[in-house]
Amino acid sequence: MSHEQEYIEIFGQNRALIEKPCAALLNAARAGAADRFAAMGFPGAKSEDWLHSNVAKRFATDYGMNLGRVEVKADMHTIFTCDVPNLKTRQAYIVNDTFKDGENSKELPEGVILAGLNEAAEKFPTLLQPYYNTLASEGDNIAQFNTMFAQDGVLLYIPRNTIIEETIQIVALLQANVEMLSNRRLLIILEENSKASLLICDHSSMEKQTLSTQVMEIFLARGADLDLYELEETAHNNCRLGHVYVRQMADSRFNHSNITLTNGFTRNYLNVSLEGRGAEANVNGLAIGDKSQHIDNHTLVDHKTGNCTSNELYKYILDEQSTGVFAGKMLIRPDAQQTVSQQTNRNLCLTSDAHMYAQPQLEIYADDVKCSHGSTVGQLDENALFYMQQRGIPADEARHLLMYAFAGEVIDNIKIEALRDRLHMLVEKRLRGDLNHCKGCALCK
Amino acid sequence: MKKKNNILKKIANKAYEFGFVSKIKTEIIERGLNEDVIRLISKKKNEPEWLLEFRLNAYRHWLTLEMPTWAHLDIPPIDYQAISYYADPLKKSKENKNKEIDPELMKTFEKLGIPLEERLALSGTAVDAVMDSVSVKTTFKEELKEKGIIFCSMSEAVQEYPDLVRQYLGTVVNYRDNFFAALNTAVFSDGSFVYIPKGVRCPMELSTYFRINAANTGQFERTLIVADDGSYVSYLEGCTAPMRDENQLHAAIVEIVVNENAEVKYSTVQNWYPGDAEGKGGVYNFVTKRGDCRGRNSKLSWTQVETGSAITWKYPSCILRGDNSQGEFYSVALTNNYQQADTGTKMIHLGKNTKSTIISKGISAGKSQNSYRGLVRVSKNADGARNYSQCDSLLLGDKCGAHTFPYMDIHNNSAVIEHEATTSKISEDQLFYCNQRGIGTEEAIGLIVNGYAKEVLNKLPMEFAIEAQKLLSVSLEGAVG
Repeated sequence: MSHEQEYIEIFGQNRALIEKPCAALLNAARAGAADRFAAMGFPGAKSEDWLHSNVAKRFATDYGMNLGRVEVKADMHTIFTCDVPNLKTRQAYIVNDTFKDGENSKELPEGVILAGLNEAAEKFPTLLQPYYNTLASEGDNIAQFNTMFAQDGVLLYIPRNTIIEETIQIVALLQANVEMLSNRRLLIILEENSKASLLICDHSSMEKQTLSTQVMEIFLARGADLDLYELEETAHNNCRLGHVYVRQMADSRFNHSNITLTNGFTRNYLNVSLEGRGAEANVNGLAIGDKSQHIDNHTLVDHKTGNCTSNELYKYILDEQSTGVFAGKMLIRPDAQQTVSQQTNRNLCLTSDAHMYAQPQLEIYADDVKCSHGSTVGQLDENALFYMQQRGIPADEARHLLMYAFAGEVIDNIKIEALRDRLHMLVEKRLRGDLNHCKGCALCK
Repeated sequence: MKKKNNILKKIANKAYEFGFVSKIKTEIIERGLNEDVIRLISKKKNEPEWLLEFRLNAYRHWLTLEMPTWAHLDIPPIDYQAISYYADPLKKSKENKNKEIDPELMKTFEKLGIPLEERLALSGTAVDAVMDSVSVKTTFKEELKEKGIIFCSMSEAVQEYPDLVRQYLGTVVNYRDNFFAALNTAVFSDGSFVYIPKGVRCPMELSTYFRINAANTGQFERTLIVADDGSYVSYLEGCTAPMRDENQLHAAIVEIVVNENAEVKYSTVQNWYPGDAEGKGGVYNFVTKRGDCRGRNSKLSWTQVETGSAITWKYPSCILRGDNSQGEFYSVALTNNYQQADTGTKMIHLGKNTKSTIISKGISAGKSQNSYRGLVRVSKNADGARNYSQCDSLLLGDKCGAHTFPYMDIHNNSAVIEHEATTSKISEDQLFYCNQRGIGTEEAIGLIVNGYAKEVLNKLPMEFAIEAQKLLSVSLEGAVG
């Protein structure tokens, strides 16, 4: 039996179990998603979008799924390593897919909702109805898969004219004692002229194979402003399939940084739809890979209307046998005049076993636009290395400095100073191999 | 604004100069494709058994394939059984044994400006003219023969140099390569064969002129160029077709073998009939072109100016197998009205210290879609590979599209790969500046576009550069909305 067939059967047989603890809103979306998934299946080897990331194989493991919602105990203090000094954050957790609010959390401004998605969908169905699964329903196989099985996640709702000064931090943990598959769902709604910054850290410290799918739908109303930082520090046996869908209305701003430090197999898909004039999207990514890490970032910035701006910067540092995939598309629809769109992708390959597949793409149907993209694959500049050694910096140190500076360009786009400092530190540690049980890769030698 | 639109319309309505139909007696075989048709073609051409076998294998493989859909093209379904796969304008009747060329045919090529007669020897280009499925005349053969250069039609080569043909045919583009390569291998009719012996520098440009004349026929020519050690050749290719309401299919293969220290320069000015302003008719140009730089220090340079065809699907590629080999790709692709083009190149770096350069200039006008699609692959052992790609697009009008799809597959850490692309329209400032100096908008656009494409046009041999420049101006003057 094919893998998709297995999951279609699991869904059919356990439908009552899946739906029992869930709100009607979540359940209503399942049937359609199941039909679409059955029609699509998992991406085949010939699917161009998945050419370099064989995802069907990832579903072959016999995972456990916590459909019966057995409570998983997690000791935050021993696992939690995401402390950012000098950054006061409003914390919350997701253990596998279950939302838990942080201890001693301060009250958020009036009207703001930060809660478990399922609980919120029970309480405020009319509020969520116009949003839930409206973007992901158009999505690919994995988005449909997530909609079929998703039982919980996070809702962040910020009413109009509300500004949250404190960064909201969501720590996502994977925790179980068997091979496990979890499906998380996040819904983020910013009403007019509201503002927030959100940091989501992915952690897993499990010995077992894990697979997590995550679908995040983000709605930014007129003038809304969201900074979103996603940081992945998981383990080599983790597979992450993260989808982010964003809809931006007029004059809204979306600032996204996706940083992969340690992982196993990661596929991040980002779909930004610019639907109101004056909207701005800045999307950044940094991936540092060694051993057999596989990091795949697919992005689509869809300029549906004119006068919008988008900037994209993705950088990869690949060592040992790691694989990097970058496919970024800038789509400028007919009549999206006066668009300014720029995309840059730079990659460092440090060994001959590291592979990089880059596909920066422009698809343009309007003429009064300024669009450009650039992509490079190369090594550290020999002249710069030589210059530094001439000035008494040892070769290894010089290499580190240059790699650090290479990565720095992405980190410098982060708006929160404390987080920026923290990431500089994490990246430096990562490059020196201090992070996550490094057994001495070529990066830190 | 209104004036500019008028200019646009005028240009859009500009007639295709080469759209006449020649009244030539042509022998066309029954429409349809099956093994008997292939046997018939092979028999007509008096081919050896191995070639027939080669065709049949390709045909059997083709039956297992489906038409590719990955290109950014909207291709209406093609009925491969409605096409006649062989049209011979020479129609040798019993009384016409001496293979005299039909005077109508001569007129056709004269209208096209092709110097078939050696009275035009002054132009100094050797020409092989291919009408429909058959090569009608090759000039300067004798002069070339003195140097040991073989330049003849493919059918002739199969008869006279079967060993050479057998040694190289299908070694660069295997029939398993893709759908159209399999189709071409099964039914290819004619084309040019060029062999440059060791150490010989071809004293003149070699040129092939292709024309589809007969209705409901496809053209499936096959060109094979072999440049042996230390040789040099510059090869030109031009093409036209009459205006017809129905679409015509052109699926060609060009194979180039470049041995040690040899250099081949391949230039194309493609001007197949692009269809009318409503997108009716036109040639489907689905071509597989590939060169294999087998020897050390070999060099292959593709230059193309693509202005014709309703749909273009074409990726002239270089396999850089020999150490220090170099590949170049210079392209200007222009689309207007409802034309669609998905064109680019593949640079496959296999040898050490291989270099490739890609310069692609796309120009879209009317309601056309123009895509660049290019692959740069650096294999694990290709130490010191270097690539530079630049893909610019110019948009003339707000209904057209310009797309860039580069692919970089890098498996070696010493590779340095750069790609950049920009998309913009003609700057108002430049136009204004020209207008200020008394240069009309129409002329100014011609100037700017030619300047934009200059980097590529400069790579063309002189006569072709002038033709290409004229073509660009004809298709583009004033096409700014």
